[in-house]
Amino acid sequence: MDTLSATAQRQASAVRFDLAETSVRELNHFLHRELPGSGIETIEIVHPAGQHNIAVGVDAPVKIDIYGHVGYFVGGMNKQADITVHGNVGWSVAENLMSGSVRVKGFASECAGASGHGGLLVIEGDASSRCGISMKGIDIVVGGSVGHMSAFMAQAGHLVVCGDADHGLGDSLYEAVIYVRGQIHGLGADARVEPMQESDYAKVAQLLAKAGFDHDPREFKRVASARTLYHWNADANQEY
Amino acid sequence: MSKPLYLENNATFGSNTLHYIHRAAEVGLYDIRGLGAKRRVPNFDDLTFLTASVSRYPLEGYREKCETRTVLGTRYAKKPLVLDIPITIAGMSFGALSANVKEALGRAATQLGTTTTTGDGGMTPEERQSSKTLVYQCLPSRYGFNPDDVRKADAIEVVVGQGAKPGGGGMLLGQKINARVAHMRCLPQGIDQRSASRHPDWTGPDDLAIKIAELREITDWEKPIYVKIGATRVKNDVKLAVAAGADVVVVDGMQGGTAATQQVFIEHAGIPTLAALRQAVEALEEIDMLGTVQLIISGGIRSGADVAKALAMGADAVAIGQGVMMALGCNRPDYFQNGAHHSALADYEKLGTAVGHCHHCHTGRCPVGVTTQDPVLEQRLEPAEGARRVKNYLQTLKMELTTLARACGKSDVHHLEREDLVALTIEAAAMAKVPLAGTDWIPGLQRY
Repeated sequence: MDTLSATAQRQASAVRFDLAETSVRELNHFLHRELPGSGIETIEIVHPAGQHNIAVGVDAPVKIDIYGHVGYFVGGMNKQADITVHGNVGWSVAENLMSGSVRVKGFASECAGASGHGGLLVIEGDASSRCGISMKGIDIVVGGSVGHMSAFMAQAGHLVVCGDADHGLGDSLYEAVIYVRGQIHGLGADARVEPMQESDYAKVAQLLAKAGFDHDPREFKRVASARTLYHWNADANQEY
Repeated sequence: MSKPLYLENNATFGSNTLHYIHRAAEVGLYDIRGLGAKRRVPNFDDLTFLTASVSRYPLEGYREKCETRTVLGTRYAKKPLVLDIPITIAGMSFGALSANVKEALGRAATQLGTTTTTGDGGMTPEERQSSKTLVYQCLPSRYGFNPDDVRKADAIEVVVGQGAKPGGGGMLLGQKINARVAHMRCLPQGIDQRSASRHPDWTGPDDLAIKIAELREITDWEKPIYVKIGATRVKNDVKLAVAAGADVVVVDGMQGGTAATQQVFIEHAGIPTLAALRQAVEALEEIDMLGTVQLIISGGIRSGADVAKALAMGADAVAIGQGVMMALGCNRPDYFQNGAHHSALADYEKLGTAVGHCHHCHTGRCPVGVTTQDPVLEQRLEPAEGARRVKNYLQTLKMELTTLARACGKSDVHHLEREDLVALTIEAAAMAKVPLAGTDWIPGLQRY
């Protein structure tokens, strides 16, 4: 692993950024402008010290390891990169994730994976409230529990919760599907528990395997939209 | 027998109120509609210019130059927007509007050296290709929002609220959700698409600051970041938007339009654009940010006179939505297709409405092809023709604006000032904080 000058770093296949010495702006500039096509395959980031917006907007097939706790929006709008945070994260980790993956070895604050379009977000610990809010195709696997209003208005993708889910789960869901292994403390409007089908077991097994968890898929419940909010009749007999 | 004569001329229960109550009693639900507020509120018509005579010196209207160049985003962005005119096209979504319309708006904006803006449906390739300078909205719904488009944009507008429904979300009815719209929004075709009233990843001004920083980081601090608010607690909201890092604040007054929302919201939430503008300027003055952070005002801007008055009151630019839709042909009796005019009257009749009364934006059955995704109806608005109309409309506004500015003795439209205005009503004088015409009285202000 190189820890040399910027010039030397750019010639190496693996580089390290020390955020005690380098700003997040410089890091992101490198990730956006110098990384693509550079041949660099691995990046280590140390001393993040809870700073926000680390490694946002990456669009390159690179492996990024962040050692320590980070602030808001880490890995936001990521494409292609596989990002691992060896610590806890603040709000909105992997916000609007497009592809690639973000893995949190610790715990996540609110809005994890908000409005994510694709890719995989894994949180090995718990996630706070509104996990997966407005998700649009992302897959999220949480090793622990999720807070209230998780998957609010989630449109597409899957949220797998290996622990418990707090109240308001799946409020106003569209076509996203939630799988919960533990206790559900309350469903939101239009969300309902449905029977697991073989395709559900297969999907849960696939996502658990990707995330590195070995739970039995048959321990999970399926939560999906009752679809009672899908059509407003504005013309005549106005009713849902 | 069916006519309740005893209610006629009743100021409290007029015919509209009677109709509303009867309808509510029948169906048990509120109305949803498009367009903006129909009630009269104090507006720019209630102001007039004190043009030059002896005490001030006018410029010659047909010979002397009046500058309209406008720069937005000078606070932090490495690449501020330089526009030829202080008139921009407001965000309107693909989905609410057809792809042809979005392309027409892009063409018109490019021809006039100004911006158009995406909307709740994301950025279409047609819109990007036709728009030299495009503002990309980051809305609570995040339909179609992605970093590739962020990078393609020239500025980013974080939409917090909308003048027609401040504090409210939205609903694009399933009738307008064709396959393309549904694909862009990551939802099945034909179902209602609700837009959340709040962003999924931040909740307050401190979070907004970090969100704006994220967008700046992704765009390498090159592009201006706008924050758009619906006009309610304008002073606080403008100050907080500035504190959060906005380069440009967009304030949308209660006359602003929408694709579809509850009528009660349109008519009974928010404050008039006139009042909102004055408060926004005061907010910037109080935090010494006037000129550093640019201000765009929107919500019922119709004419060059409106633009001139908005600039005189302190706006750097205006944004126009509904006026542009009307320029495209909204509520016209005919449409222009394949080189000829065609009557749309039968289609209005089928909808149970008429020219001048149509507000079927939400149903997707627009007889002139503006607010539709119907494959037949959308062809009634051809991009070239739409662009021609919008260009002409905005060009007219520019000419009116410069005419008034010259008459006030200004060689630059941004030199218009509040001293150039007086009010025709006490309400407008109080809201705009300009004197009532013929007096030096500004209601609410002590004068010595």
